[in-house]
Amino acid sequence: MADTSSLQHTPLHDAHVARGAKMVDFGGWHMPLQYEGILAEHRAVRTAVGIFDVSHMGEVDFTGPGALAAVQRLITNDAAKLTDGKAMYTAVCYPDGGIVDDCIVYRHAPEWYRIVVNAANIAKDFAHFQEHAGDLCAIANHSDDVALIAVQGPQARGLVARLAGSDALLQVPSFGFAPATLAGASIVAARTGYTGEDGFELFVEPAHAVAVWDALLAGGAAPIGLGARDTLRLEAKLCLYGNDIDATTNPLEAGLGWVVKLDKRARGDDFVGGEALAQIKARGNTRSLVGFRVTEAKNIARPGADIVDAGGAVIGKVTSGGPAPTVGGAVGIAYVPVGLSAPGTALTISQRGRSFAAEVVKGPFYRRPEPAA
Amino acid sequence: MSNIPSNLRYTKEHEWARLEADGTVVVGITDHAVNTLGDITLVTLPTVGTRLTADQEFGTIDSVKAVSELFAPIDGEVIEVNTELDASPEDVNTDCYGDGWMVRIRPTDAGALDRLLTAEQYEALIKE
Repeated sequence: MADTSSLQHTPLHDAHVARGAKMVDFGGWHMPLQYEGILAEHRAVRTAVGIFDVSHMGEVDFTGPGALAAVQRLITNDAAKLTDGKAMYTAVCYPDGGIVDDCIVYRHAPEWYRIVVNAANIAKDFAHFQEHAGDLCAIANHSDDVALIAVQGPQARGLVARLAGSDALLQVPSFGFAPATLAGASIVAARTGYTGEDGFELFVEPAHAVAVWDALLAGGAAPIGLGARDTLRLEAKLCLYGNDIDATTNPLEAGLGWVVKLDKRARGDDFVGGEALAQIKARGNTRSLVGFRVTEAKNIARPGADIVDAGGAVIGKVTSGGPAPTVGGAVGIAYVPVGLSAPGTALTISQRGRSFAAEVVKGPFYRRPEPAA
Repeated sequence: MSNIPSNLRYTKEHEWARLEADGTVVVGITDHAVNTLGDITLVTLPTVGTRLTADQEFGTIDSVKAVSELFAPIDGEVIEVNTELDASPEDVNTDCYGDGWMVRIRPTDAGALDRLLTAEQYEALIKE
């Protein structure tokens, strides 16, 4: 058995182990891969409600009169559009336009912004934030002071509102957030997620994480591991840092141009990577991150597989791939030359010495049904 | 304030239509629509050759707020699609009357455009 003693634990670690979850090393954290099984957990989130321990993610707070200026310098999106209680998805870039991380920025108050970052990137991001905006405001890493529980699925919002005794939570808009009390704990419920379903992510003090988790389980939520988290986000075609995006990719080629607000530079809010991204935008991308569906049955493309041309030369790379439990078949995400990025384009994937066919698909593979009016 | 160019025609569903010198009509969505939708993440358009019927849905726009339908301003055939929007849907946000155009139509009836709203009429509509 592998030595897991050096791995970091979330406040819910012992609860996962006690419940019999299969645990794995995920970026230095000892995390649940699955409980009941990936397919059953995937289905629970698509049809009912599931809960995820995402406490390993990082929280970095920007406070003081220069908080907005600091955030604006760091992110590609336009934080000036935020109001109190609103959040936005963004990329954070290096000066060359490569991606440091993808994050969500929350405005708690005019002089208090919080950026939630990927677990494996906490130290790197905090150093990047300090380097490029440390002169503008106080920047504090609160990653160890905050537990985060995602509640996702068609029944997620109803469950959280019921347990919190708060109909007001049902009025929180997409990418909005509001405080509440659940299981005796003060929480902040943000209407965000990483599954393609509606729901909340709950910010909780570590000391109360188990109480909130247990209340959600008692309320009927299924615990979900990292395995189903990956199949759910893949069906929704949401990027995973380290797979689909990293320091060698830029947000424009990754389909994240909608969070790159080059126009804010003209208003004096230049940002790290802004000049490089303006140049890339002007000359155009050479490759594009696209979704694909495997069209030869029984094949599953995995990250790292090659996209090859008719002569077998490598022209692209699969960055995410796997089965799509809800929509059926196997899907994936890949970088391909721009000329092969149109929906319907046939691709050839080469993996472990054999090749099979795939087809470029537009947009998310899975869209949640509109709720009944 | 919304930008409502006077040389375009408009629909109640917030599309604009522009008559080109060759008789074709270019279609997009208005600045007012863009401001209402917020950041646009995906534009789904018909293929070249598709026949459109006025007031019928011909595509969808995903934004951070919602999925919205696109409605054809006039009858006609799609003869060109802005495929740049596949990779850069944000062009609709940054330049809805320029780089953010969506389809070019060959109208069935050359006079159909005259029955759409003028800039003044559209401005009055969105002030309501």
